Amino acid sequence: MKRQDGRNANEIRPIVIKAGVIEQAQGSAMVSLGNTRAIAAVYGPRALFPKHLQRPDKAYLNTVYNMVPFSTKERNRPGPSRRSNEISKVTRHALEPAIFLEEFPKSEIFLCIDIIEANAGTRTAGINAAAVALADAGIPMRDFVTSIAVGKVNGEYIVDMTGKEEEVTHCDLPVAFMPRTKKITLLQMDGDLPQKDVKELIQFAMKSAEEIYKKQKEALRKRWTS
Amino acid sequence: MMIQNSYILNLLKEGKRLDNRKIDEYRKIKIEKNPITQAEGSARIKIGNTEVLVGVKMDVGEPFPDKPEDGVLITNAEFSPLASPNFETGPPREGSIELARVVDRGIRESGAIDTKKLCIKKKEKVWMVFVDVQILNHAGNLIDAAGLGAIVALLNAKMPEYDEKEEKVNYEKKTQPLPVKSNPVPVTQSKVDSTFLIDTNLEEEDVAEGRITITTKDDGNICSIQKSGSSAFTLDEITKAIDNSINKGKELRKLL
Amino acid sequence: MAELLKKEREFVMPGDELVKSMDFLPGRNTFREGDSIYSKRLGVVNLNGRVVSVIPLNIVYMPKVNDMVLGKIEEVQPNGWVVDINSANTAWLPLSGVREFIDTKSDLTRYYDIGDMIYGKIAQVSQGSVHISMQDPRARKLKAGRIVKLNPAKIPRLIGKAGSMVNVIKKYTDCRINIGQNGLIWIDDGNQELFLRALKLIEDETFTEGLTDKVTELLGGKS
Repeated sequence: MKRQDGRNANEIRPIVIKAGVIEQAQGSAMVSLGNTRAIAAVYGPRALFPKHLQRPDKAYLNTVYNMVPFSTKERNRPGPSRRSNEISKVTRHALEPAIFLEEFPKSEIFLCIDIIEANAGTRTAGINAAAVALADAGIPMRDFVTSIAVGKVNGEYIVDMTGKEEEVTHCDLPVAFMPRTKKITLLQMDGDLPQKDVKELIQFAMKSAEEIYKKQKEALRKRWTS
Repeated sequence: MMIQNSYILNLLKEGKRLDNRKIDEYRKIKIEKNPITQAEGSARIKIGNTEVLVGVKMDVGEPFPDKPEDGVLITNAEFSPLASPNFETGPPREGSIELARVVDRGIRESGAIDTKKLCIKKKEKVWMVFVDVQILNHAGNLIDAAGLGAIVALLNAKMPEYDEKEEKVNYEKKTQPLPVKSNPVPVTQSKVDSTFLIDTNLEEEDVAEGRITITTKDDGNICSIQKSGSSAFTLDEITKAIDNSINKGKELRKLL
Repeated sequence: MAELLKKEREFVMPGDELVKSMDFLPGRNTFREGDSIYSKRLGVVNLNGRVVSVIPLNIVYMPKVNDMVLGKIEEVQPNGWVVDINSANTAWLPLSGVREFIDTKSDLTRYYDIGDMIYGKIAQVSQGSVHISMQDPRARKLKAGRIVKLNPAKIPRLIGKAGSMVNVIKKYTDCRINIGQNGLIWIDDGNQELFLRALKLIEDETFTEGLTDKVTELLGGKS
């Protein structure tokens, strides 16, 4: 059954990924999922102050997720919100398992994600961009982290919802995982579903996101080998 | 870095700059119109490696009591930590506040936006125009990039429709261009030793003692001035700076 | 013996499998999981005997003992200086690390003040704690000249095997050069324009074979 924008249930919106877009940063990337666009920049590892924030045995992944005022239909007030604070936190947890933080004790790896266009799936676009930015920065990692959200509309599972679909979905389930080992690093859900559905949805998400993983690697290859 | 500063100063004594530009030469300027679909109008400006995004959003609200028939203009700037290792998270600091206010002054004082045309119901409802500057990469001369971005975004903005019965803004329909009747363009000059440099990059900004931003209109009139930094300028220096800004402003305006 | 899954000098990314065999050993920037060895970073594959490693393309400098680095004095404290070495941690220059004998009551800014650039040697590295020393005969406070940056991943190429590359550059440009392993380079005198062009070539073609010859040609010499 075709969706409002003509996509199939398991089709992700057009994906564009570019690495090395912020000249000042150690590493960076831009990810578009349809009309949702995120830019991620990585600085570090670098000295972390004040001293009491330093961890003796590893780096701290300081993560900031932020929505630019003109990214949404109705302008959103600049500055952090409770929502952006929570997304910063879960984003950090989504990426930490992939990074060899132990190699940089007492330091910080600073990650900033700016959403410049928001049309649902912003946290997933942010995580996809962040993973490429971290790799682009030369941060040692076990794997990439790939992310997509799934939902259920008109009784059917769909992947990568648009803003309009998000308004009518029975559930919103963003997932992030390390593609090589299939280990899940972010899992959230809004909705009301039987457990069988939830298990199937997670697998559906991971399968559909393979395309994103390919594009993440392609973006890095393009930047560094031409 | 004192060594680098001395090096730049010595080069300047021979009239040279680090990247071989002339004293009054801008780096390569790139302008992209309306890259942001959610915004009513937007612009992406690159001056050398400096990159700035400006978005225009509109909403309906109450006018200011002393201007009951005029639309409202609000300008804001974010120095995102994305853009520079020297930007920190947190509330806006004096740098971003000053930039926003300087860009705002240029738009406001030049009468760029015909605010009378933004009145919906006198004393009760007017259009509010939000100009948001988002720095993406800080490689020097943020004010000129932001000012240029603001006017490009405004020139390319389309107004949403206001449903008077429902008292709601309809963002799905954006048809009327924003009433823009002037093109203010800021030109910043930084004082390094006794030379005034145009379009300073990061290393030059480190050595600069102060700067002056002059925004000019299409007719050559000046609509806004901002002297920044703790150095002192002679009247002669300021006069020269004004001449340069008018000339450079003309050049930049051609790019719009 | 199993074969490498990637060719030597092939571009790899984090998580890329390099070989599936216990016959090989995981070298720098790789890790073992089960039977396989994977890359940790983006870089190019390097094989040395049985050791598979990855030469990184982009890094933040991580200090090693005996590295010469350029540092900027950030803080002056009663018993030493905090130095920014462009790394994950700042470095500490203790009074004992300075060649002159310094009375603890004297004004330390007379020796090194905030903003000064020094060329010093990494003396100690342990768990994020780095000490720098000015005892080495090459160490000094930098005056005049200019600073140029190069990604630390490319510094080894700028130096070359036993200094082969940098010696060629010194010969044809006549520049005085101090290379910091941390990606900062000090130059003075000589033909700096020429030096910068050579630097750009090295930056763009770091892993090209015969780069030293190419650079020699660019500098006007015969390779």
